[in-house]
This record gives sequence, C-alpha cells and structure tokens, in this order.
Amino acid sequence: MSGVVRVSRRGFLKASFSVGALILCARFMPGQALETLAAADMWQPGVYLGIEPDGTVIIVAHRSEMGTGIRTALPMVAADELDADWRRVRVEQALGDPKYGDQNTDGSKSIRDFYEPLRRAGATARLMLERSAAAVWGVPVVQCRAHNHQVVNSDGRILGFGELVTSAARQRLPGMAELRFKTSAECRYVGHGVAIVDLGDICTGKAIYGIDARLPGMLYASIERSPVLGGTLKSYDGKETRTIKGVRRTVLLEAARPPYGFQALGGIAVLADNSWAAMEGRRKLKVTWEAGPNSDYDSETFRKSLLATVRQPQKVVRNIGDVEAAFARGGTIHEAEYYVPHLAHATMEPPAALAEYHNGIVTIWTATQNPQAVQETVAKALGIDKSSVRCHVTLLGGGFGRKSKADYAAEAALLSKKVGKPVQVTWSREDDIRHDYYHSVAAMYLKAAIDDKGRPTAWLQRCAFPPISSTFDVSATYGGDGELAQGWLDVPFPIPNLRAENGPARAHVRIGWFRSVANIYHAFAVQSFIDELAAAAGRDRIEYFLDLLGPPRSIDFPAEGTKNPNYGKPLDQYPWETGRLRRVVELVAEKSGWATRKPQKGRALGFAAHRSFLSYIAVVVDLRMDEQGRISIPRVDVAVDVGRVIHPERVRAQFEGAAVFGASLALMGEITAAKGSIQQSNFHDYPLARISEAPFETHVHILPSDAAPTGVGEPGVPPMAPAICNALFAITGTRIRRLPINKTTLT
Amino acid sequence: MKKLLLSVNGVRHSFSGNPEMPLLWYLRDTLQLIGTKYGCGKGLCGACTVLINGEATRSCITSMKSVAGKKIVTIEGLSQAGDHPLQKAWQECNVPQCGYCQSGQLMQAAALLKAKPKPTDAEIDEAMQGNICRCGTYQRIRQGIKLAAGVKS
Repeated sequence: MSGVVRVSRRGFLKASFSVGALILCARFMPGQALETLAAADMWQPGVYLGIEPDGTVIIVAHRSEMGTGIRTALPMVAADELDADWRRVRVEQALGDPKYGDQNTDGSKSIRDFYEPLRRAGATARLMLERSAAAVWGVPVVQCRAHNHQVVNSDGRILGFGELVTSAARQRLPGMAELRFKTSAECRYVGHGVAIVDLGDICTGKAIYGIDARLPGMLYASIERSPVLGGTLKSYDGKETRTIKGVRRTVLLEAARPPYGFQALGGIAVLADNSWAAMEGRRKLKVTWEAGPNSDYDSETFRKSLLATVRQPQKVVRNIGDVEAAFARGGTIHEAEYYVPHLAHATMEPPAALAEYHNGIVTIWTATQNPQAVQETVAKALGIDKSSVRCHVTLLGGGFGRKSKADYAAEAALLSKKVGKPVQVTWSREDDIRHDYYHSVAAMYLKAAIDDKGRPTAWLQRCAFPPISSTFDVSATYGGDGELAQGWLDVPFPIPNLRAENGPARAHVRIGWFRSVANIYHAFAVQSFIDELAAAAGRDRIEYFLDLLGPPRSIDFPAEGTKNPNYGKPLDQYPWETGRLRRVVELVAEKSGWATRKPQKGRALGFAAHRSFLSYIAVVVDLRMDEQGRISIPRVDVAVDVGRVIHPERVRAQFEGAAVFGASLALMGEITAAKGSIQQSNFHDYPLARISEAPFETHVHILPSDAAPTGVGEPGVPPMAPAICNALFAITGTRIRRLPINKTTLT
Repeated sequence: MKKLLLSVNGVRHSFSGNPEMPLLWYLRDTLQLIGTKYGCGKGLCGACTVLINGEATRSCITSMKSVAGKKIVTIEGLSQAGDHPLQKAWQECNVPQCGYCQSGQLMQAAALLKAKPKPTDAEIDEAMQGNICRCGTYQRIRQGIKLAAGVKS
C-alpha cells in the first residue's frame, strides 16, 4: 500500500509533455495574443494546454482545489473550446511559479479572471488543428471542423487530434480576430458540467491532501506555540519528551516578531517517527511563556471598546447629502448596534506541510491556496531565493482563506533544514483553533431618520474592526479600501443623505481573510437594519427592500466621490447594478413562496439580499423554532446572478455549502480571548453546524445570464446570518444584534 | 515486546509498538492507509471513522490495544473496486466538495445501512450527527444515503 501514497520527488506534475507535443500558452495581459511555445522555458505567464502525439490533452490547473471544483471547471473551459473529448483530457496540477500568473486562489475570482484566457487557449488550439488538417488534406479550412477530439472533413475523412499535433505545432499562431468561439448552444461542457476530476479518488480514499504527503525517512512534527500572540519563551524542558518512543528530537523555532505576516510563529517542535509520538512528546514538554503585549486582550472588554468607538464620529468613507442636517430636522429616528465576534476557519484538514531541504533547495508538498506565497515565505525564512523553493499543491481539505497564508509551510521548511530530513508539520485541531488568522471581530452602528412611509431620509453607518492589514503592518487600525467596499460603502439604497464611517481598532491576534471576509459583518448589520426599518414601518420586508432599492440604476461611485475598489475590477466593466439585485430578490420571493406564505406558530421566513464578489444574491430562510427555543432550518432558497455559469452543478454546490457555512457562523460561531489566549480549542467549544443543524435543503435558483462570470465561492455566505435573524424576529419579536445567536436566550 | 494481531481490510497485521497509540496513526503513518483522516483527535468530527468488527468507530480515540484481534475496515477496504452502493451514490449525487471528511462520512453511512437498510431522514440525521462537513455537503450526503438505500427523497 505504501507505494500508493509515496509522493514522487518530481511531484504531482508527473507528466512533462513529450517531445512533439503541441503546447499553447494563454497570456493574461489584456490585449495580448496567444503564443505557440517552442520551449519549456518560455511557458510564461499563464495557463497552458498541451496535446500529446497519442491525442491526450493535458491541461494544467494552476489554481488550488479546496472544494469549489475549480480544478475541473477551468480545464473544462479549455477542453470545450478545443472540442476535446473530456475522457481524453488529463488535468495536471501546477507547481507554484509566477510564470502562471496569479495563483492565489481567493476572492472568488478564478473563473472571473481565467475563463477568457482558457477559452482563448482552447479556441486557438482548435483553429490550429483545423488548419493543419486542411493542409494535410489540401482542402479549404472551412471544410474542416474539430469535433470530439477529431477534425472532420465535410467529405467524411477524419484525423485525430494526436495525428495532427506535429503539423499543428508548425501552424502560424492565429490572432485574436481569427478565433471563433462556440456559442452557448454549441458548448458540450460549459454550462453543463462534468464530474470533478477527483471524485473517484475522494470516494475511495485515494485523494492526496497536504496531510497525506509522504517521503521516505520523513519525520512528523508537532509544535508548541505561545498561547498569546507575541509571547516569548521563558524556559522549556524536553527531558520527558525524549522518553517517548519514536521521538527523535526537539527543535527550537525562533519566535516571529511583528508584523507577523506569513512568518512561522516559532515555538518548540517535537519531531518523531510518527504523528502520535510527536503529539505525545509535545504533551510532555514543560514550557513557560512570557505572555507579552497582547496579554491584556479580553473579548468582552474589546467588544465594549468597539461599541464605544462606533458611537462616536469617525473617519468618513462615503458621504451623500447632509446627514447631520437631516437628523437635526427631527422626525422618527431609529438606531441599532450590531456585533460579530472572531471566527476560526476550522478547515477539516488542519494546516499541514511536508518540506524537504536539500543542498539549498526546498521542496514542499502542501495544501495551499497560494503556492507563490509559499515560495516567497519559505525563501525569506531560509534566506534563499524563491526560485529555490518548489511548491507542489495537493488537494486542500477546505481552505476558506486559512490556506492562503504560508506560515505552516515555513515551519516545515525551517525544521527540515535544521534536521536534514524531510519534515511534515501537522497542526492539531487545537493548534488550528488557537493560532488561526481569525476573521475579524466587528461592531457596527446604524442610525436612520424615517419619513411617514417608513423610508429613511437620512442614514448613518459606522463600523470598527481590526483590519487584515494589521497582520502586515502593526500600525494599521482602519479598515482597508477593500474591506470597506465589502458591503459597507456600497450600500445600494439611493437615500438622499447617507454617510458611512469607519473607526480604528487595534488587532491582538493575527487577522485574516475568511470566506466572504468583511461582507459577513457588514451584511449582517445592514440587512438586519433594513428589516428593522421595515418592521417599524409595518411593511412587507421584500416589498420594502425593493421600494428602497428604487428603479434600476448603476451606482455612480466616482460621481459621488466614493472610492470603491469593486473587488479589483473596473466599475465600467462590472458596475453595481441595482436592477440585477432586484431581479434576484424577485426570483427568490417567487421560488420561496414568500407572498403566499401563511403565518405559523414557531415558523417564519427571513429575507436578506447582498452583492459581493460582483455577484448578486438573495436569500429566503425558512426557520422553525420549537418551544424549547431550538432552531432548525427546513429550507433555504437562494437566487443568484453570477453572470455566465460554467459549471451549474458546482455553482449550486457552492451555494448549498455557503448556506451551511453562513448558518453555522450565525447560530454558533464564536472565538473569544481571555488574557490574550484563545478560549476555544476544538469542536466541543467551537462547534460547527452538523447535519441536523444545517439547512435541511437549499434550493439554488440561477438567473440565466450572458454577463461576464462573477464570484461563486463566497457570496452565498453574507446574507445567511441576517436572513436567519430576520426570520427569528418574525417568530419571536426578539431582534438579534449580536452573533452568534446562541448567545441570546430565545424563550 | 508483546505482539498484537489485527486484520485491516482483510490483511493480517502484527503490531508491537505502543499499545496506547490510537489506531488512526497506525493506519496513516505505519500502514500508509491515508484515506482515514485526522480531524480533531477527540472523537468530535468523525473524519477518522472506520469499521471495527462492523461498527463505525472513531479511530482517533481508539487505542491499538483495544483493537487486538479485531477486524478493521477502512475506506480503502469498503469495496474491492470502489463500487460500494454508497460510493456509487456519492458519485451520482456529486456529494464531495473538498472531500476531506468524505471517507468518514462514507464509513459512517455504511454502518448505518448495515443496521438500517431503509433509513428515514431522522435516522440518517441521528447516525450522521457525529460527522462534520465544513463544506456543508449534508443535504447531498442525505441524498446519497437514500439513493444507495433505494429510499425515495
């Protein structure tokens, strides 16, 4: 059996293309043409596609697979335009290398950024195959059409892709204008989907994750780290540790200094012949820590300080009209404060990396969203050039943003260099929960002046949260432009007087990206507050929401003087279109039976709608609460406009999963600190939604669209918490303004 | 050192290491059966679930000494050709997302179907309650079990 799991030292990219293979490379710089490549050293930058003389089409997946299906969907795009037979396509995972362009699989952007380049790569290869077949037959190219891994001549003759490789490689590279793209109707895979390439391996236990990588002679490491971020080691005694059979040695890893970035945190590593000996040995360590400057971090105190911050005027990040003057005119005022705690990613596979240092070269096998960050981080940690770091990307047992940070790979590399053997670092669940890059805690304050129809004439919103940038710059306390554009300064309601503000907050733990990021707390506050205003006006929630949203328009942020980074995309290409949000709201209302639903004791619908990652999402949650206050979610309806859909089944899967992820954080997700230490450690005190707590069924309604594809992995999360809390209000009359819901007694 | 005998996927093995070591690490680090996953080390998440004498068991909290003489089946041994009805149903329903927890989910579900060939939704939820899926594939897990069992959704 051991042969199955041994990682080849050449890694997962087993197949170099054989001599004679046709290799194409898609360039990512807009406006640049594709190039046929003669030599391997010219494969940059980009995704590439090759055809072997035996007809096998090899497509390299350069993005990381953490469950979204991207390792299948992007290659499928190229295969479809090529008109390849999917059964004869082999997907190879790329190593980390800047030549591929961006490999950081985050921000729900893989399809958005790479759909077009992969289409072009496929269409280019197809045209070259058709032209080479035409040349072989001596007929006009219009007579030759690629179909299912062959080029078919209208006179009935056929040549397989493999037979055409040599002559196709000599073809002039066609320009963009010469390419013909398939219509939606012509696509066999795009818009239909195929089974994910790893499906069989997953169901039989053969799939390889970072934690599964194995090398002969490797040691297993478990690392004791300071319980408080920035704490320093006072003393440690490893005598008892070394009495554990299988323990080889302990190694001191130097403590990181702020800003922590992706550095290895430091600590005492126990290295052993197997995982259990390493963990047992670590348990026997006698360690004392000096807690350091973060030892005063207490979540309850911090919550109060954040709320105090948002009660005071703060930095203005968006301003329309004159909010103060409107408030001064009097009328009905509605105010509310919201709070969302820290969250931990808790990927089912904890962070794990295998590293082998040999003669100044490090080879890493790890579950990473960001192999180039692994190269950079490891290079810096070891004082070598990043070109000397090879990073093989395994499957990821969940990512959610945790595995875009490379700290655990640096740990493995440092240890391998110190001991001269391959070393695998595996974080225990306790390590994972206690030393995460946490989703930021946040407080929000909203205030509105209401007219006689219950509509806001003035709207003020303030938020404060330790920003992600604090992980890279200790002085950073204000929200970054990206965070603030995540559902805060892009509130879509055309209210004549509107101001958004952001206050400072200092971080005491490493803050990081977490599936849908700042949208979670911003959408919770805004979508709850809208529901509060609708309730105060005694109006139907969806009717009220659509009334506030107004006639369809593109929000002109530059004209109003608001800086909106818009997820890194130009607003003219991906405008904020309120009409698209309206359509998904209308769709979800229809599909959930919103208008015809009769009130029931202990059961109600809750609604929220939110744009994130350029996608428009509306959710209706059907919530039930029994007399003991126990909550269940019989049904969720999600209507989505994500532009053109490449793989509908995986899109549905992402929104089904996001409904569970969002329900989990809303119902029970909370990380707290006391004296600087994280108080949770495993699934008993940091619970995740289980099968009976998750929505029983989620129905995903995809709005047909020819617009450019937008994000799918994250945008399903933000509307869940407010939709659930809005449903709870409908049942109980209790307004939840602080997550998680289980902090509030409902009966 | 005293030797301990056990059967894993129909193959007899003898073990002479620390009898307190959890079965999980023997499977993963010694036998290289990496399909069984570590998730929590406390029996809280179900990722490490295997069958011990037919019963779904958390291998992360099951010591080697307690499995002496027992028959262990891991995901690698659930079927010869990866064609257990649940494995087929899992593929039919496209259950996995990241896939990491699915070995444990499948082993737990296999034990359920042995005990209750036609489970109800409530029985499925009860049996699968100990298996966490962070990707949130629960509704498809339920669907997959029902498909394998021939129970209408």
